[in-house]
Amino acid sequence: MNLDASIAAILLLDGATNGMVYALIAIALVLVFAVTRILFLPQGEFVAYGALTLAMLQQGKVPGPVWLLLALAVCAGATRGWALLRSGQARALPAMLLRNLVLPALVAALVLWAAPRQFALPLQVALTLLLVTALGPLLYQVVYESLAASSVLVLLIVSVGVHFTLTGLGLLFFGAEGFRTPAFWDARWMLNGVTLGAQTVAVLLAALVLMAVLGLVLQRTLYGKALRATAVNRLGARLMGVSPGLAGQLTFAMAAFIGALSGMLIGPMTTMFYDSGFLIGLKGFVAATIGGLASFPLAAGGALAVGWIESFSSFWASDFKEVVVFMSLLPILLWRSIASPAHDEEEA
Amino acid sequence: MTIPFRASVLAFASVLAAGQARADLTIGVSMPLTGPASGLGIPSKNGFALWPATVGGEKVKLVILDDASDPTQAGKNARRFIAEDKVDLIIGSSATGPSMAISEVAAESQTVQLSTSPVELPEGKGGWTFRLAQSNAVMASGLARQMKGANIKTLAFLGYSDGYGESWLREISAAAKAMGIQVVAVERYGRADTSVTAQALKVVAARPDAVLVVGSGSGAAMPHKALIERGFQGKVYQTHSAASNDLIRLGGKDVEGAVVVAGLAVTPEALPDSHPSKKLAVDFVERYEKQFGAGTRNQFAAHSYDAQLLLQYVVPEALKKGKPGTPEFRAALKQVLESTPNIPITQGVIHYTPTDHFGLGSNSRMLLTIDKGAWKALAP
Repeated sequence: MNLDASIAAILLLDGATNGMVYALIAIALVLVFAVTRILFLPQGEFVAYGALTLAMLQQGKVPGPVWLLLALAVCAGATRGWALLRSGQARALPAMLLRNLVLPALVAALVLWAAPRQFALPLQVALTLLLVTALGPLLYQVVYESLAASSVLVLLIVSVGVHFTLTGLGLLFFGAEGFRTPAFWDARWMLNGVTLGAQTVAVLLAALVLMAVLGLVLQRTLYGKALRATAVNRLGARLMGVSPGLAGQLTFAMAAFIGALSGMLIGPMTTMFYDSGFLIGLKGFVAATIGGLASFPLAAGGALAVGWIESFSSFWASDFKEVVVFMSLLPILLWRSIASPAHDEEEA
Repeated sequence: MTIPFRASVLAFASVLAAGQARADLTIGVSMPLTGPASGLGIPSKNGFALWPATVGGEKVKLVILDDASDPTQAGKNARRFIAEDKVDLIIGSSATGPSMAISEVAAESQTVQLSTSPVELPEGKGGWTFRLAQSNAVMASGLARQMKGANIKTLAFLGYSDGYGESWLREISAAAKAMGIQVVAVERYGRADTSVTAQALKVVAARPDAVLVVGSGSGAAMPHKALIERGFQGKVYQTHSAASNDLIRLGGKDVEGAVVVAGLAVTPEALPDSHPSKKLAVDFVERYEKQFGAGTRNQFAAHSYDAQLLLQYVVPEALKKGKPGTPEFRAALKQVLESTPNIPITQGVIHYTPTDHFGLGSNSRMLLTIDKGAWKALAP
């Protein structure tokens, strides 16, 4: 059971595939934290929702998140509508209702209509992305927006609550059994005795493309600049006319999109359960911490490292795999606490 | 003013209700309806839907609670059953951890526990705990016998890193040793792992004649697929927790030819007519599928259904010693369970003794294989 070159190559490939998915999660976590100061634990749930929604659509069943979307839309519409009426801004009501109630209802109606028709895989992937992405901004409005000024700790505890709620709903929506979704691209090649699955290539490519697009959006577009401005200085951005509410919703939409996509990327290679997202999210969190919850490249690099640590420790000591992965956080935390001594929470 | 009044009426009504219920047979059920073991708990709960309204002439009142796959919660449920519901016996849980927690409370309160999982308890514990599920030892010896017949000399283990995996490792090591089979590699994985490639690599590199995959439900398919993807040519064996249609649904053509040891709920139709459980088991799976849909038959529901078959024999005897709701009745239940030989249930023939609370023997298992996407019984 020695480590020869071909085994090492397989392990590296396996680690890189998982690492890329962790990298996507880590990037979403860093983005959400930078813009809203929320440690978004439920990020993993979007991963599970993405994979399992696709699995439901494959079977021609109506995926449960449709009902969650409608419920969130009604909650968001009602609370925002009430707030607008009380502050005498009735004129803003139709626009708000269009955004918070009509659009989600349209998405839900589209999914309800399409679900029994079992369209081709690319269309189902698009539907899944649409549905899960729509959950993001509504979740932010209903749960976090009124708490936006709270401390990081309060936001973290709220996130724990949201995580448990979403996991419980996941069990209700998808049942306790696991699913495997079909591969985007089903082929295999032999390279020097190492089998390379097309899905692995798809994961690597999709992750790289997504990262590049995300980088472009953040660097070049007005919305991206607004997000970066909010991340640098919330108050300053607000004075320049960036709405923190809009920035939060936009970030959550991106996070949900990235989560759903990661779920569908990894869905064909593993069995996804309603609660699988949590561990994936935690590993993304380890990676994001390596990046200090601030740097995208460091977080992505950290995620690759987590993927490799995981695959090599599975090979050498499979009973201690998770222990090794999560213990690897300790030296990093130690180093960070020495390198950059604790600073108070600014702008609390 | 009105609220306290209403509350007092409600309280009065519930006292009345409780007073009436005391004459019935009250059973507390704790099942993992949420959490990691919900794949076992939800079908177990479905099994109660086929219970008759009366058992041994007594009206049955079931109190079903969720233990969230969590031993602490299961312990709390059990205490609630004793203190509030004044139950005559407890059924559960389908996960071994929670089942263990219930056994503590059962012993303390001197209430019989019928465990739907093969929970293993240390010597001197579990005097009030009776299992309805086949022990892993019975299952492992069946597998080892089959392996010997297939001329297998070396075996690798790829199983859950939890209590189920641990128990199987112990039992299969002992059973394999008795058959002269050597265990050459032991690797672990978790149900929610994103990849088992590394473990599969190491197992394949050890060049065993066969691999035993120890997982439950849909969690057992991933390592099996990983082994095939890594080019493993030998036989793959699976345990009874994997013997459900989920293995075929997720494994597809990769699980063809696997040898699976199972209880009698998967293909009871293939049992010989002389088998004491055949009629019961066929009747059960037919009624279950009529209610829950074709292809939904499973082991876990059978265990909760079996509790009722067992009680049909035991309750009339125990009633001679005391009324439900009394300590005499509870003590009589234990005593009758330990002294009634050979009660047929859907999963074989139960024979508990004061020292053996497992009760199921080698006629409670079947060896199956997967042939063209369907279960097929192997000759025993």
